Amino acid sequence: MAQTLTTSSRDRLLQLQEWVVRVWLGAAALCSIAVTAGIVAVLAVETGRFFRQVSPLEFFTGTEWAPLFDPRRFGVLPLVCGTVLVTFGASLIAIPCGMLTALYLSEYASAGARRWIKPLLEILAGIPTVVYGYFALAAVTPALRFVLPRTEVFNGASAAVVVGIMILPMVASLCDDAFRAVPQYIRHGAYAVGATRLEVSVRVVLPAALSGVLAAFVLALSRAVGETMAVTLAAGATPKLTLNPLVSIQTMTAYMVQISLGDTPAGTVAYQTLFAVGALLFLITLGMNLVAQRVLRAFREVYE
Amino acid sequence: MTATARDLPEWDEPPPEAPAEPAPAPPGPPSLHRTDPDLARRRRLERAFHRLCQAMVGLVLLALAVLLLTILVQGLPHLDRQFLTSFPSRFVAKAGVKAALFGTLWLMMLTAALAILLGVAAAVYLEEYARPGRLNAAIEVNIANLAGVPSIVYGMLGLALFVRGLGCGRSLVAGGLTLGILVLPMVIIASREALRAVPSSLRQAAYALGATRWQAVRCHVLPTALPGIATSVILALSRAIGETAPLVMMGALTYVAFVPHRLTDAFTALPIQVFNWASRPQREFHALAASGIIVLLVVLLSMNGLAIGLRNRAERRVRW
Repeated sequence: MAQTLTTSSRDRLLQLQEWVVRVWLGAAALCSIAVTAGIVAVLAVETGRFFRQVSPLEFFTGTEWAPLFDPRRFGVLPLVCGTVLVTFGASLIAIPCGMLTALYLSEYASAGARRWIKPLLEILAGIPTVVYGYFALAAVTPALRFVLPRTEVFNGASAAVVVGIMILPMVASLCDDAFRAVPQYIRHGAYAVGATRLEVSVRVVLPAALSGVLAAFVLALSRAVGETMAVTLAAGATPKLTLNPLVSIQTMTAYMVQISLGDTPAGTVAYQTLFAVGALLFLITLGMNLVAQRVLRAFREVYE
Repeated sequence: MTATARDLPEWDEPPPEAPAEPAPAPPGPPSLHRTDPDLARRRRLERAFHRLCQAMVGLVLLALAVLLLTILVQGLPHLDRQFLTSFPSRFVAKAGVKAALFGTLWLMMLTAALAILLGVAAAVYLEEYARPGRLNAAIEVNIANLAGVPSIVYGMLGLALFVRGLGCGRSLVAGGLTLGILVLPMVIIASREALRAVPSSLRQAAYALGATRWQAVRCHVLPTALPGIATSVILALSRAIGETAPLVMMGALTYVAFVPHRLTDAFTALPIQVFNWASRPQREFHALAASGIIVLLVVLLSMNGLAIGLRNRAERRVRW
């Protein structure tokens, strides 16, 4: 009898322990939801206050952004234009280079070459963005100004180049994953009917991995949209509605840094623009991520 | 594959009885061109594409080399004992990264605590405890989307919630909380993969001996997955200490000429100091930025080296 009693009290202790642990772990998992809720709430509250003072029509269609000086203008398009310009330029570098690097890694490289190249790409991916910003100022901009003397000290092209280098490892490694998920027997089938490696790569592997490749592009571009420090250092602080990559521009993220560097008191319109621009940035990147997930599901080829 | 239908004889027609013999084959190996006149062109394309791919990889590695060389050439001359043991200064010759280095170490510890207490715990919950359901599906979608949120947006959360809302000010604890939340999705995703690699036979063996769920997790699953989890935490930390944007958003770009001692102290960190120096117009400060970057990269690369070492050790252990 005594023995069963002690066993049952030990059981109760274990049950209590199990319950405590479950609550802790469950709370930790719920925390991620709380973070999302926190981000949305913070952005929504301040953006709401912003739109009580500035009409959404002016915000979304105005072509001039000057929230700090009179006469104030709150048209976000110049900032969006700067972000699009840098992202587009970055994709011109990152997408072809990244995809060909991935094809080389998965279809051509020997195991030995892979062992060397992969860690080097990981180093490139692990370099902090502020370092890329420094690199843009110290090397890319002088090189651009040497080739095209009309280039301004701060310019969109330099930012686009370093952001392109920055997201390239991401494109390469996501594409490489997608290519390597294509089963080997499909390649063997193509080789058996006499295809060359180029034909296997471009006409068999690439179409089979299309969903992963497209998702990689979208994810990398969303990373470029949210990229901050390199763009702040290299692209300048002049919001401008232009497609010329050689002049000083400002992206959405660079504007947010500029405002937070100055001592802007809470409650002013300038402080609220921070959250309005931040909310727009959040929605754009969230939309791109959702598109990437949808693409992955829609074009997925399922293999046995 | 262009070499398909064209090369095969067409079976609909009967093959000709006695094909008119062309001129007798010349001595030597038969030319491949006879079977596919296109083959030479296809092979040329193939070689060109191979070269193109190699050139791209070379270009990428060249970019990495130029990046590192630029920083080393500019930064090494300033990098000495004095640089590591001095506080920031208006004078280039006297400026150093002491405050930033200590700030980064503090942030690293705070972020690690949060990443383990919340990130690894959430991963354990999702892999070991959660039953499939709508709540857990929602959590998973949520984590995938959080991983794609730009770091500057986390800075806004930190600014509004920790700096102003909870009244932490521009302190170490606000910075650590922000960075911890920033790496949470990374830690959860990578730790879940490590937990998933533990075979379920191990858990079932523990349950068969009467272990509770937590006993099975604590004594068997966690020790087995530990190298993978440690790798994920270290990689997340190395991401966190390179982050500048969220800290700048919180207003951490201030002049700090002391080593922080308490959680409520103001702080600076290596990437912030680098940004500060790089954004000044004077060229001399750009060289200081390069020196700061070297210190930052040494910290980052040694952490990544540790992670790779752990991963290799884990792979050498028993395979299930």
